Amino acid sequence: MALNGIQIFKMTPKKNCKECGCPTCMAFSMKVAQGAMDISACPHMSDDALASLSEATAPPMKTIKVGTGDAEYTLGGETVLFRHEKTFVSKTRYAVNVCTGMDDAMIDDVLEGAKKVDYERIGERMHVEMLNVNYHAESGADKYVATVKKAAELGKTLILGCKDVEVAKAALEVCKDAKPVLNGADASNYEAMSALATEAGVVLGVTGADINEIYDTVAALEKLGNKNLIIDAGVKSIKEAFATAVQVRRAAIKDEDRTFGYPSIVNVAALAPKDPYMQAALASLFTMKYGSIVIMSEMTYAEALPIYGLRQNVFTDPQKPMKVEPGIYPINGGDENSVCLTTVDFALTYYVVSGELERSGVPCNLCISDAGGLSVLTAWAAGKLSSGSISKFITEEVEPKIKSRKLVIPGKVAVLKGDLEAKLPGWEIIIAPREAVQLVKFLKDLTA
Amino acid sequence: MPFNQKPQKFNASINTVEIGCGDKAIKLGGESVFPFYTFDGPIDNAPKVGVEISDMGLEGATPEMLAYYGEGASFADMAKKAAAMEGADFVCLKLEGGDPNGEDKPIEDLLAVVKEVGEAIDTPLVVEGCKNVEKDSELLPKVAEALQGKNVLILSAREENYKAVGAAAGLAYSQKVGAESAVDINLAKQLNVVTTQLGVDAKSIVMNVGSAAVGYGYEYVVSTMDRIKGAALSQDDAMLQMPIITPVADEAWSVKEAMASEADMPEWGSQERRGVTMEIMTAAASLAAGSNAVLLKHPQSVKTIANMIKELV
Repeated sequence: MALNGIQIFKMTPKKNCKECGCPTCMAFSMKVAQGAMDISACPHMSDDALASLSEATAPPMKTIKVGTGDAEYTLGGETVLFRHEKTFVSKTRYAVNVCTGMDDAMIDDVLEGAKKVDYERIGERMHVEMLNVNYHAESGADKYVATVKKAAELGKTLILGCKDVEVAKAALEVCKDAKPVLNGADASNYEAMSALATEAGVVLGVTGADINEIYDTVAALEKLGNKNLIIDAGVKSIKEAFATAVQVRRAAIKDEDRTFGYPSIVNVAALAPKDPYMQAALASLFTMKYGSIVIMSEMTYAEALPIYGLRQNVFTDPQKPMKVEPGIYPINGGDENSVCLTTVDFALTYYVVSGELERSGVPCNLCISDAGGLSVLTAWAAGKLSSGSISKFITEEVEPKIKSRKLVIPGKVAVLKGDLEAKLPGWEIIIAPREAVQLVKFLKDLTA
Repeated sequence: MPFNQKPQKFNASINTVEIGCGDKAIKLGGESVFPFYTFDGPIDNAPKVGVEISDMGLEGATPEMLAYYGEGASFADMAKKAAAMEGADFVCLKLEGGDPNGEDKPIEDLLAVVKEVGEAIDTPLVVEGCKNVEKDSELLPKVAEALQGKNVLILSAREENYKAVGAAAGLAYSQKVGAESAVDINLAKQLNVVTTQLGVDAKSIVMNVGSAAVGYGYEYVVSTMDRIKGAALSQDDAMLQMPIITPVADEAWSVKEAMASEADMPEWGSQERRGVTMEIMTAAASLAAGSNAVLLKHPQSVKTIANMIKELV
């Protein structure tokens, strides 16, 4: 059970030594109770107190790290079931699937395809982060090891989908330093697999015939001392995989059942083989509901553009608005002679406005100044979007680069027109409509 | 020790709203569990998929959609084909040509389309206005009148025109009322409160709580729906227990990712496939967040989403 701050405080040395970074032991205890700090930050706890406390104050869901270097990813560590309750912390990672049942040319194609998607969206790199290398028994161990080696060259984090202990061991030999996931434990082999994963220092994926078997196997693995685990929701049916993914997460967070306090893998490539559209639907479903890693057959731009957009949205912290970088964004081939429009740096506003501008087909420059990531009216009310802030941005950033002297301001801050005309001599200040959807017609009329 | 399953059982449920008549009538809502949580309790009425057609015909249709409907199809033909689409539960007629900032078609012309479609199919029908509040306050009451007896859902009554639209659809002509608000639980609830104060039965209301394409502020859609379903089920809030309908196609097909041509974005690949995937992923996310019905337009999206629902319920 979770302890409150007072209960934790009773077990601290009460020396107020500040070595943990907090001003007092009481402050430290409150932070630990909220989950903001780990109990181990206090250097003066007795071992007994530490042991009993770390059990009681451990977060409901473990944070598991996979991969190394640039390809290191944090999974799990969630504290809520719905993003509005606080925030989700570890975003879903996507893997592309190769299987040794494929012929060599196909394997090369899939690996080549996994490199294709790589772009940036609102400051975040979007690409396939992982590769699932599935073992097909009939094609033998040698081919598996060779495929793992080939896949490892891409520098992405690997998932070894292999239930054969000997084959897994051989594969780990060639890739264990890059910290792959060994996804192969079930009720039949968990002891050997766990020993293998522990020795190689990698995360072990666990699955089972149903949710109860998974539960028992995880419990058995924990008894062996292995708590570096990921739960595979299984591939029996879409319905069962969804039920498992949701119930595992809910048991961990709502019911504090720590046996299920691990991140999850959902293999949609196996749930909807050869149906890229169904895989797209399922990738979206499991991004919404509790897939830590989602394995797909392929990731082309058709899948990537929506799925990474969805992920970026779902995993934003509701307390921190999404912002775009201030600057001049040319649209429809806008150049130094094209009309300028200005709005705030709130990502949603930027996307809605830039989308409408694109639809208009009119070349223009969208000038975004720093408005604290707030929407137009909120920024205006907070003083972050004012005639001062706009004119400063225009004179410092826009005037040296753009020759046009037409500036369109959001309709909701029409009141700024007079002030802006005074502060920006030589500029024609034009008031845009109040809603972005009206921009298409407005711009066409303006430039007609 | 086996896993101790703790189902989340709620004593409240989402209202059941029936649209259409006869054998093909559909029921939205009725569940007392979170979306697709069939392991907690039964979901008697699976979420439904609606196919959008427009008074603008096939303007802007993709090659595959043109091939499906056939060029020059009449409104009656389009309605029949939409109703026959694999996975379709109902048809949604959009009267977007009525928009004064667009085609500004006269109301009589639009009513002629409504009647043609209404007579062509016995599949449940949803009619969506042109989204201009003034025009819709005139247009939608007449639509409700023209389709009397067909038990259609009229989209939508908004804060600005709920009196005209809500009273006509919900009171005068006994249709179902779509209450549209902009991605905010409080606005959604407020609109339901004032609409029921007009005398419209709470069980004749379906909410459109707003939508977006994934990647475009979709987090607000997710959290609005999460909170609405949470309040409806765990707090038994009767003013939030209306089933939710989400227009997906409009949003999904109007973002850059779906609209950029292959000539402009060669590395992005087939434009049609991008649009379809955007529509599918947005629809799947909306259903996962709590939509009881989604409005789609591409045959591939309709088929895939209907299949996903079938697999999950």
